[in-house]
Amino acid sequence: MEGSEAIAEAAIAAGCRFFAGYPMTPFTEVLEHFAEKLPAVGGVCVNAESELEAVGMAWGALATGARAATGSTGQGLSLMQESFSEITLAELPLVAFNMARGQGDYFQSTRGGGHGDYRHIVLAPMDIREAADLTQLAFHLADSWRTPVLVQGDYLLAHTAEAVDVAPLQFGALPPKDWAVDGSGGGTGRSAVISPLGIGKHNTPGPGIEGQQQAIAEKMSRIAAGEARVESGFLEGAEHVVVAFGTSAKFVRYAVRRLRDEGVAVGYVRPITLWPFPADAVAEAASGARSVLVFELNAGQMVDDVRLAVLGAAPVRSIGGISTDHSGFGVGPLLDVEVIAGRIRAAVTEEEVPA
Amino acid sequence: MSAGKVVVRGTVDIDIEACKGCELCIPACPPEVLVMSTEVNAVGYRYPELLPGCTGCRACLDVCPDFCFEVFKYEHPVEVDVGGSP
Amino acid sequence: MTVGDEPVRHQVGEKTPHLLQTGEHDLCPGCGEPVAIRILLETLAELGLTTSTIGVVGIGCYTAFARTLDVDLVQALHGRAPSVATGVKRMQPDKAVFTLQGDGDMVNEGLQEVLHTAARGENITCVLLNNGVFGETGGHMTATSVLGQRTKTSLEGRDAGYHGYPIVIGDLLARLEGAAYVARGSVQSAGAVARTKRMMRRALETQLAGEGFSMIEVLTMCPTGWFVPTASGPSYMEETLGQVHVMGELKGGA
Repeated sequence: MEGSEAIAEAAIAAGCRFFAGYPMTPFTEVLEHFAEKLPAVGGVCVNAESELEAVGMAWGALATGARAATGSTGQGLSLMQESFSEITLAELPLVAFNMARGQGDYFQSTRGGGHGDYRHIVLAPMDIREAADLTQLAFHLADSWRTPVLVQGDYLLAHTAEAVDVAPLQFGALPPKDWAVDGSGGGTGRSAVISPLGIGKHNTPGPGIEGQQQAIAEKMSRIAAGEARVESGFLEGAEHVVVAFGTSAKFVRYAVRRLRDEGVAVGYVRPITLWPFPADAVAEAASGARSVLVFELNAGQMVDDVRLAVLGAAPVRSIGGISTDHSGFGVGPLLDVEVIAGRIRAAVTEEEVPA
Repeated sequence: MSAGKVVVRGTVDIDIEACKGCELCIPACPPEVLVMSTEVNAVGYRYPELLPGCTGCRACLDVCPDFCFEVFKYEHPVEVDVGGSP
Repeated sequence: MTVGDEPVRHQVGEKTPHLLQTGEHDLCPGCGEPVAIRILLETLAELGLTTSTIGVVGIGCYTAFARTLDVDLVQALHGRAPSVATGVKRMQPDKAVFTLQGDGDMVNEGLQEVLHTAARGENITCVLLNNGVFGETGGHMTATSVLGQRTKTSLEGRDAGYHGYPIVIGDLLARLEGAAYVARGSVQSAGAVARTKRMMRRALETQLAGEGFSMIEVLTMCPTGWFVPTASGPSYMEETLGQVHVMGELKGGA
């Protein structure tokens, strides 16, 4: 099945019963698959009339305790940012899919494109198998931490097909959602309010606006300490380390393997969580290296996090760049194992890396 | 007001400290038995006072933004003597 | 004045609706919003919906009641309550779901949301508190402010050439097939309150019968935002907003 379908299947296997979205390339097929599959399991899929309404509907569904999701491509997620910020403050477990055009949404995803102090957990699968697994993990992490999780996909993931079996994964028990609203609190003096403001009710006051923001910031620190995920290879004796994420990382792995066969002492580190960024793993890989090379299909975004992790232990260079097709949606000439291998080779021999 | 008798069918208890002096109850009262006080409450607002003749219709309760009124209806109307004009 | 023995009496109505955790609030003297909220809460209780209602509150002066309404609530962003209410209702179709929004919220920021929610015939009840101003931010023009109305962003009075015309939202919604009941009431007098209460009941009954989208707009006084003396709120409403946003049932109803 194609990646879009695998993602929808995985979400449903994880118990997602509400999805709202707005068509936009290359996300559209995710919405189509949810529209086809959700009713059959008693769920609801709404083709919202705007991205803003899609995230609003997911917000309402989440408030009732349901597993709910939304998604779009980068531009559509831009429209949802105010709601993302506030959903984070309201501690609702939203899962959002970014089927991005290239890799230029790294900043949007990891810096939190909305206002205020918040982060999202960001999972960046490199292929369809991993996308299906990380989608299920996303719902589990969202519920465990009561915070939004973004699954960072792209055109390649959406439209490539792979044989994949999506069986429900078990992640361990979760506490009941006693915070969810169902109307039963009415008139009891202890009715609930799900709100980003943390004010609570007259009878059951909350921590207040400042207290709520501080509590969320503290939660983010705990997430950062425990949820980073990373994969790496060929680091033994590596003199140069390539850092890459998502689908382009799969190409980088092939390139690194080929270069190792040629005797080039290069390894790779692949962040699986873009936030929390696996800074420790990158720092450790960089500690013995002569250079750290960052390959990403954008003008240089993850390289900032790599530089922060490396903290001057080795020079950090961008060897990626903007590369897309004529439509702007899809794959460009830079996403090619030969080209990538060539850039790594040039960088390790201190030649100029072509623009 | 001239001396005589007035039929009173109900009464209200007014939470004068909750009142913000908006005076919406005054024109709302059909028998026109609410008048604003000359005194002020603790925060400085004048508040409504009840004259004889309430019918327990709850119009004041319905229009009050600050939930100041408790309205009661008498089981049997009461005739009340009213003295000369104040 | 003489009174005989203490007469037997029984209470009529409630001082404070029991679905309010407290009647205290910091809204202005003469504000119509608490009056409209009483109508909503009394109707919910009378229809037996106390433990099966979920409200979605927008952003405006009335947001203060999100702290005191003794109803399960979801706080939404400015303009966004209808989509949030859609998500709630789709997941909890047997519950009564209402939105509580002001005119700035629903007709400015959230115009798209309410139109689409009505067009889709979502079985929710939108309650619009329309005072023709952005009250919470200090008295600025909204899409429902009327020509000639002076606000901080229309200091000489709303001018058609410069500021455009008001949107009469109930009329727009009534034209959508998904909207089953659309009505406009007001709270400037006891008579208006009584009529509005009947409309509120019909709106919620429309939802309970699964007939589609329902909307009850309530014109509320805002003497502060209108820059008129407190006691002049009712007459100002009747002379200005009430002439453009006319009371009555626009769709459905008796």
